[in-house]
Amino acid sequence: MPKFVLLLRDAGRHDAGMSPDQMQAITERYIAWRNKVQQNGRSIMGHKLHDKQGRVVSGAGSVAKITDGPYAEAREVMGGLFVIDANSYDEVVELTKDCPHLDFGSIEIREVQPT
Amino acid sequence: MATTDPIALVDHLFRKQAGQMIATLTRTLGSRHLTLAEDAVQDALVTAMQQWPFRGVPENPEAWLFQVARNRALDRLRHGRMAIDKEPAIVWESATKEPPAAAPLLRHELPPVEDDQLGLLFLTCHPSLAPDARVALALKLVGGFSVNEIARAFLSQESTIAQRLVRAKRALRDEQISFGMPEPADLPARLDSVLDAIYLMFNEGYAATSGDQMIRDDVAAEAIRLARMIALHPAIAAPRRGPGYADSASRGGRTWALLALILLHAARFPARVDSEGTLFLLREQDRRRWDSALIAEGMRALDRASAGDHISAFHLEAGIAACHAVATSWESTNWTQIVELYNDLLELTQSPVVAMNRAVAISRIDGALAGLAALDAIENLAALDRYPLLPAIQAELWREAGDADRAIECYRTALRLARAAPEQRWLTSRLSLLV
Repeated sequence: MPKFVLLLRDAGRHDAGMSPDQMQAITERYIAWRNKVQQNGRSIMGHKLHDKQGRVVSGAGSVAKITDGPYAEAREVMGGLFVIDANSYDEVVELTKDCPHLDFGSIEIREVQPT
Repeated sequence: MATTDPIALVDHLFRKQAGQMIATLTRTLGSRHLTLAEDAVQDALVTAMQQWPFRGVPENPEAWLFQVARNRALDRLRHGRMAIDKEPAIVWESATKEPPAAAPLLRHELPPVEDDQLGLLFLTCHPSLAPDARVALALKLVGGFSVNEIARAFLSQESTIAQRLVRAKRALRDEQISFGMPEPADLPARLDSVLDAIYLMFNEGYAATSGDQMIRDDVAAEAIRLARMIALHPAIAAPRRGPGYADSASRGGRTWALLALILLHAARFPARVDSEGTLFLLREQDRRRWDSALIAEGMRALDRASAGDHISAFHLEAGIAACHAVATSWESTNWTQIVELYNDLLELTQSPVVAMNRAVAISRIDGALAGLAALDAIENLAALDRYPLLPAIQAELWREAGDADRAIECYRTALRLARAAPEQRWLTSRLSLLV
């Protein structure tokens, strides 16, 4: 079954000032969404990316240019990713439509090309 | 890491764990690091919110949170030490003898829940703090409520509550109040200070139906939880016969009386407001909707409260609440006993609010005019000038006495004073029956 990568970009959420109840409510929405994906018979796994560190390596030839994150200047920061097994883009898009993350940023969906 | 998530997290898991973790960290770090513990716990909850959506909920969420909070506290301590002074490392190691790089915690390694929470409760409700500061601090630290939630429950500005919390924490630090159960000699005064705060906390949640009802219900529930926790603590609940028995029995008595009082009031919550937010006074309530389990628990608590010789205001108020709880209707309520209890309570408190409620009870025995006379006779009646309930009661009694004009006038006064929407709706509907 084809694999799809969901890249979650955060547009910024003021996490520090939330109450425990609010934080739990947000967490629960994601859990419910993951449960829904799994109940549809689709495997899902995810990774949270570190917010504070990152490197960009660029440049050609022998001189590599290395830039440190965080990317404060970026409008949206990549916060994490999911990998979902599904039949088609259409199916993944359908599963993603009610992902709670859409309240906090955007999701880019890419299919992994089979080797 | 779990491959399948639980259907949902335990209700208010984060809020409950916040209080528990702050309590345990404050015990190990010392009360001077209260704010550090608070920040570390907030960090841990934020981390969970950021990671669990991706990685799934850990098998033991409580232990996971505690571990992260503890590590964050350690990081902050180390960082603080490097930044501020070169004082030899003392704090964590000497206080706990635990290695800083902790192995994963298992559930059975978590410290006993109630002792730490009680320790924190006694700290946040220290007599050196004003009662409203105690309530705010206990809600924030023991209860896991946010500043915004406390402000909504208090019908207050967020900045006001934030300031109150900062000042209270500073006062605790300046006076070097330590964490934990007080020494036996200090226990009576310290316990009174805690009980008064819980009573106020419950009233804050119970008071009319103004503001954000959901958060106020949660505040009342927190007061019940804390009262239960104290009542069941061995040092308070089960005094042993022997020297000091009378003292500790009356201490336990006051605690049980408070628990009885708030349980019996809370039992009526389900009947107070309907789904449209319409308010129902005690006499109009559908008593079948009262929570019989809470009533039973409240009556048992009242029974235990009578172990001591001392009768406190809590005892009398609980007694009154019990009279209502066991009555099958407004009419068949034992008003004679209620008036007697109010007489004692008035003597003890000299409160005009008590006198006002007493007048209502009198009107049930001797009629509306007797009730009105009792209201007029209240000594410091002026203290109730801005209290919408007084003209509302007068209006009801004038209506009963058949004087519609005076009733209308009083309803209108009450309407001018009423601030909460449900109260205003109720008064408007009563007024419309007469106009």
